[in-house]
Amino acid sequence: MANKDKLGIQRCTDCKALRHPPRPMCGECRSLEWDAVEASGNGTICSYTVLTHPRFPGYDYPLIIVLVDLAEGTRLTSQLVNCTPEEVDFELPVVMTIQQDADGFKLPVFQLAERA
Amino acid sequence: MPVALKNEAAVAGIGMTDFSKASGVSELSLAAQCVVAACDDAGLQTSEIDGLVSYTLDSSDEIEVARAVGAGDLSFFSKVNYGGGAAVGTIAQAAMAVATGQASTVVCYRAMNGRSGKRMGQGISGDIITSDLVHWSWYMTYGMLIPGSWIAIIANKYMHRYGVTREDLGRVAISQRNHALRNPRAWGYGKALTMEQYLASEPIAFPLCLYDFCQETDGGVAILVTSAERARDLRCKPAVIRGVTQAATGGQEQMTSFYRDELESLPEMEMAARRVYAQAGLGPDDIDAACLYDAFTSEVIMQLESFGFCDRGEGKELVREGALDIGGRLPNNTHGGLISEAYVHGMNNIAEGVRLIRGDSTGQPDKNVEHVLVSSGVGVPTGAIILGKD
Ligand SMILES: [Zn+2]
Repeated sequence: MANKDKLGIQRCTDCKALRHPPRPMCGECRSLEWDAVEASGNGTICSYTVLTHPRFPGYDYPLIIVLVDLAEGTRLTSQLVNCTPEEVDFELPVVMTIQQDADGFKLPVFQLAERA
Repeated sequence: MPVALKNEAAVAGIGMTDFSKASGVSELSLAAQCVVAACDDAGLQTSEIDGLVSYTLDSSDEIEVARAVGAGDLSFFSKVNYGGGAAVGTIAQAAMAVATGQASTVVCYRAMNGRSGKRMGQGISGDIITSDLVHWSWYMTYGMLIPGSWIAIIANKYMHRYGVTREDLGRVAISQRNHALRNPRAWGYGKALTMEQYLASEPIAFPLCLYDFCQETDGGVAILVTSAERARDLRCKPAVIRGVTQAATGGQEQMTSFYRDELESLPEMEMAARRVYAQAGLGPDDIDAACLYDAFTSEVIMQLESFGFCDRGEGKELVREGALDIGGRLPNNTHGGLISEAYVHGMNNIAEGVRLIRGDSTGQPDKNVEHVLVSSGVGVPTGAIILGKD
């Protein structure tokens, strides 16, 4: 859903369980039916790392990777933008924003809520 | 009544190539060399091999190795998935084959040009067509391409919750380097490591720095498994398999088990511990030395808790007390481990477990070693084995 500037979470149509990463079958009720709900984009930092080496083309280093506890209850790995390595910490509230690269490819990333 | 694996099978031979950063030969050559070396160690002919087991990540298929070494007809061949998580799994499969009569002489091997050939963390390109590649796309898109980037997410949370410091990780790295100083096979041989050097090392994936990472190695290691009864009559003292298991638990992913309630523990390793202790009829107090999988220093501390050597959050205390050192409570990776001997995907840690039982490790502790615990990859579907004296 990122190409529509939205963050989707897979939901079992039958038992309504949310799941990530997406899978074809619901582990709770074995249903093959699913849709997606739009995430609020709000969450908190569950854990993080700061990548400095090796430096792959196409990424800005130091690269802050966050594991976000989404308000809806699932988790998502993403990038924390507009933030320095010294500012990132556990439990900080974050908000999703859509980032578009030079090729037009859109990805959900996060920034600190106080900055959004 | 199902066959119980306790004391049914034993490791009768270990073999390895030189460990280097540029072998100059193919992975198949390394595989063939280490398999022959394991047969030589056991005093068996390669024509007696009737089973071969490796990793799905290994490029040398069983039948290619069989042809290269002149193996006999094969009644058992298999590969185990999930990178270093396969290490103990190969032995588990070999032990099952031996215990059930599917094969009598099974060689497990892992041979890789892990530095000069395909290195870990090179990313994936091309069409995403398998469930495995779909999985990785959730991480690699954001630049999480190296194993350290996945493990760092877990390590950071664990260290934050339990007050584990960079110095604690350094103690693990230095303890293993000290073991490697006695081991001429080891990359770390002759290269002492100080805490100052450790703390000054290059950051890679916070909180992990250069010396928290294992080596990248060209080399091969093979482990020959046969029945405990037969092993008794062979050249080397047998390392009897008291218990061995594979383990994967709910919410398991391949290094990215980020969706469980708690990130600060290793449920699959706790499962491996429960099963391997139950099979062997042993507990943590019975384990005299260990080779805990050490792709990263943080994993060693977490496993001390998984295997019940201390309570949750107390792994750092054991490390601070010097428990992992040669005179400590639990000498660990006495060859230097993946961090300071070589990274042969955990197979070299199993070989060291066998040496400790035989009593001929370069890092042999000055005490009776009756039982050694060895684990497979951390954060992946994994396994554990307890080797014992005959
Ligand atoms: Zn459902």
